Amino acid sequence: MLRFMLIRILQALPVIFVVITATFFLVRSAPGGPFDQEKVVIPEVKKALEAQYKLDLPLHEQYFAYLSDLAQGDLGPSFKYPGRSVNEILFSGLPVTAELGLYALLIALCIGVSAGVFASLRPNTAQDYVPMSLAMIGICMPSFLLGPLLVLVFGIWLDWLPITGWGDIPGDKILPSITLGSAYAAYIARLSRAGMLEILSQDYIRTARAKGLPEWQVVTRHALRGGLIPVIAFLGPAFAGLLAGSFVVETIFQIPGLGRFYVQAAFNRDYTMILGTTVFLSTLIVFFNLVSDITAAWLNPRLRAQFKGGSQ
Amino acid sequence: MTTDVSIALTDAEQGSSLWHDAWIRLSKNKMAVGGGAILLTFIVVALLTPWIAPYSYEAQNLDLGASPPSAAHWLGTDIFGRDVLTQIMYGGRVSLAVGFIATGVALIIGVSWGAVAGYVGGRVDAVMMRLVDILYALPFMIFIVLLMVVFGRNVLLLFLAIGAVEWLTMARIMRSQVQSLRQQEFVEAAVSLGLSPVTIIRRHVVPNALGPIIVYTTLTIPSVMLLEAFLSFLGLGIQPPQTSWGLLISYGAETMEEYPWLLIFPGLALTITLFSLNFLGDGLRDALDVRGSKD
Amino acid sequence: MSLLRVDNLSVSFHTRNGSHQAVKDVSFTVKPREITAIIGESGSGKSVSCYAMLGLVPSPPGRIDSGTALFEGADLLALSERELRAIRGRDIAMIFQDPMTCLNPFMTIGQQLIEPLQLHKGLSKKEAKERAIELLDEVGIRSPADTFDSYPHEFSGGMRQRVMIAMALINEPKLLIADEPTTALDVTIQAQILRLIADLQKNRDIGVLFISHDLAVVADIANQIIVMEQGVMVEQGSPDAIFNHAQHPYTQKLLAAIPSGQREAARVDPDPLIKVSGLKTWFYPSNAKDPVKAVDDVSLEINRGEVLGLVGESGSGKSTLGRSLLRLAPITGGSVTFDGTDVTALEGSALKEFRRRMQMIFQDPFASLNPRMTVYDTLAEPLLLHKICDRKNLDATIATLMDDVGLARAFIRKYPHEFSGGQRQRIAIGRALATKPEFIVADEPVSALDVTIQAQILELLASLGREHGLTMLFVSHDMAVIRQIADRVMVMYQGKLVEQGTAQAVFENPKQAYTQALLASIPGATASAI
Repeated sequence: MLRFMLIRILQALPVIFVVITATFFLVRSAPGGPFDQEKVVIPEVKKALEAQYKLDLPLHEQYFAYLSDLAQGDLGPSFKYPGRSVNEILFSGLPVTAELGLYALLIALCIGVSAGVFASLRPNTAQDYVPMSLAMIGICMPSFLLGPLLVLVFGIWLDWLPITGWGDIPGDKILPSITLGSAYAAYIARLSRAGMLEILSQDYIRTARAKGLPEWQVVTRHALRGGLIPVIAFLGPAFAGLLAGSFVVETIFQIPGLGRFYVQAAFNRDYTMILGTTVFLSTLIVFFNLVSDITAAWLNPRLRAQFKGGSQ
Repeated sequence: MTTDVSIALTDAEQGSSLWHDAWIRLSKNKMAVGGGAILLTFIVVALLTPWIAPYSYEAQNLDLGASPPSAAHWLGTDIFGRDVLTQIMYGGRVSLAVGFIATGVALIIGVSWGAVAGYVGGRVDAVMMRLVDILYALPFMIFIVLLMVVFGRNVLLLFLAIGAVEWLTMARIMRSQVQSLRQQEFVEAAVSLGLSPVTIIRRHVVPNALGPIIVYTTLTIPSVMLLEAFLSFLGLGIQPPQTSWGLLISYGAETMEEYPWLLIFPGLALTITLFSLNFLGDGLRDALDVRGSKD
Repeated sequence: MSLLRVDNLSVSFHTRNGSHQAVKDVSFTVKPREITAIIGESGSGKSVSCYAMLGLVPSPPGRIDSGTALFEGADLLALSERELRAIRGRDIAMIFQDPMTCLNPFMTIGQQLIEPLQLHKGLSKKEAKERAIELLDEVGIRSPADTFDSYPHEFSGGMRQRVMIAMALINEPKLLIADEPTTALDVTIQAQILRLIADLQKNRDIGVLFISHDLAVVADIANQIIVMEQGVMVEQGSPDAIFNHAQHPYTQKLLAAIPSGQREAARVDPDPLIKVSGLKTWFYPSNAKDPVKAVDDVSLEINRGEVLGLVGESGSGKSTLGRSLLRLAPITGGSVTFDGTDVTALEGSALKEFRRRMQMIFQDPFASLNPRMTVYDTLAEPLLLHKICDRKNLDATIATLMDDVGLARAFIRKYPHEFSGGQRQRIAIGRALATKPEFIVADEPVSALDVTIQAQILELLASLGREHGLTMLFVSHDMAVIRQIADRVMVMYQGKLVEQGTAQAVFENPKQAYTQALLASIPGATASAI
């Protein structure tokens, strides 16, 4: 298992490096400098600014300077908000986005897994069709459509819930979390249904029934672990999706999180901010992919044994 | 002599191919058939839009402004007095085109990449698939946003960028198909008959790998359309004067309080299309009996 | 006094594609302290009838239409699911066919073993563990205390079946239902498991209901045999009655299908068509240090016109050897000479011509035909490729081939999935014969088929071989089959040839201990002596 983890971590490192390098050169090769939009910039001021942001150096030196800053955890200063560093901005947004993502993920897991397992117990009956049709709606109703619709119905027409902000008014966390989580609830429901159906048709489930185990124990003790491995493996990609989804949800609900900062930075052409956020989010995504991969492998005894401390 | 061995067959003795069987299964699936029919209608409408749209795309009627659905404007008008139905029809052209073209890009790259890796095998396969693994781990969503920011919002670039993400899964599916087919005894039998590799791929491998590829293609189109709509909603995709459903939804969301039809109708168009594609894809999956796993 | 008494049991399946009566009006009894065997081919309803009694037939689509199953005075079919659960695993236990898939891969065998004890007897974990370890020891698991916490994948197939047996017996059931418990196992392992079941049955005084497709397997152990065909019980009796005085034509057909007797050795001059010397086929898996020596330094000769039988258990390298001869598996050392030509280095058109002269028949008739090609296309492909005939005579040649392998010409536009296993194997044989080969490798060509079909295909192969003067390498794990068809026999074990000789010499006077063990494992050895 240790070896497996080590291999996966070693595989992840080049990915992060590629991300950093590609992002850096992409951003630097963007047409137009960061200060070109400012209408009147005195040449001396511009020069001073460029020196401050190391833009006067040759490209490869800028790159290495950036790498060495990065190695110390410094993502550099923001272009648009002089005096604030990218680190500061990121860490002011991180807790908000993390909380939003966590709620969304919890909603997705609770609803998704129970709906999927529930549906799988009686395939091709109403117990299967109803939750799976709802899941299909969830998949076809993207967050950028569901969000405004929820706002329209529950925020404006019914006036039950607040429609902007995060943690300012009680209940203002409900709509964003549902908006972000629903599509993933739908995916997870479909995944866990398929996984459970696969496992429930296995011979060892028949063995468990032949022992006289009640059906709920057959499901919980024997089927669930194998049936939910696809869901665990999906959590990594789901995390990436949740982050991207937070761009939209935080914009719709005006939540001061990472996603909104990123979109704003994109519009403001705040290059250091884009660069920093991309590197940060990418690393986070790669890390979560790693965690979900390792967890899924660890749940499978055969894989676990295969990599047990370098044995065959 | 020839009368003795002539092989004249009655209808009952005509065999039924797997494609034919699958077609029959599919045509029994009402959801899939309904999805297919709606999709076909939308495609035809999109192709004919310049001729059948009720109003011209640019026509504004500032005196009218935003108006709810009426006999003259079935789906209402926007704040510039433009006909919403016309907007949705033109937006649909773009959205569907992105969906189909980007999926086409993914299909071509992915299938050839996967087929080569799977059939050649060995070290070539290892290198090719390791590359796919690395690309797979890249946070592409963020990368596409970045690309759109850096290079401006260019439709062609959007096609390429989305296609570049989606080909990875296609390559994985194709490779695992080819790999498992290569170990099938009928392929071994073809080798022992002395058929050339090209003939084996053409006659024995490709026809059998087609099912999963068709299914996955059908399911890729909606996810590509979602991605486009997502970017357009953020203002990073399609730019005016062009429009797409994502962009229309984004405009609709801004004014939904006063003019909810501007949000609801484009949203409905997108959702119905996604529904149709997903039901068609699921139906094809069942009809072609493709297992869900990707690796 | 009977332990289980089944009367007029009928089970049917109802799906969207129609209904199907799987078991029709079946009645039988199982006596305590006896082994009752149910014999039948696939689709005979033998398993369904047993699963139905325990409520293990999924419903829908399954439905029990009528019948009673009296077990200790209670009608199993009338019990509620809850009452039935109390009996399953306590009074009636089951073991299944494939031990590789019947144990939960995510739980240790210990956890799975103690489950029935905790469930039905309410034992504490510690008591249950002690009991489980005792039983593991009894079924022949070495150092049971250490293996208690192992996962199923750490065991071989035979060991897993022992664990399954321990699990079934752990609550001291009164009736054990064994569903093809040895079918997935190698012959030597099969013999061990059969003996284990017979011993345990004697020591514990339990009734056993033994389901099998193979009359020979149950010949030695059963007290009573029930024969089923297509859902109907056709005959019931003692082994003696069944084997020596079978009444029903189907039973007689089954008996006749048991491979028996020995082929009269063809008088072939030692004129080798194929010479193999020092053949090595090693594989180099990326994650292992040492190569897998599938075939290791094998030398042999195959004479023109003879059938060489190649016997071995799974993993012995026998299939790989066959494939290496045809250049379907890589040759990593040694040489293969075919009719005077070294084939190891053939390329291009020479290789193509060589491929025409050697053909292969595969084990799985469901995997060896391209599902998207009609019979016509499958047979036309080799004919056109090697210009055996031109397009003008194509129809006529294909029709003749169909006649040769015993398929109706009317089937010619059908696809493989529209055929049964035996018919598919006939198509595969037709495809191999199409190129007019001199040499054929038949890799377990009958092991995936029902016994009666198996006999037909063996007969077909033998007669076609004679007709076309074929030289054949017949690979099989089944000694009885080999004995029936081969002139000469070779035995493989762990990649090496351990014994070879005429069929008579090897079967009647085996030299090597391994061959002797193999021969002793052939089920039904005593039955033929009855």
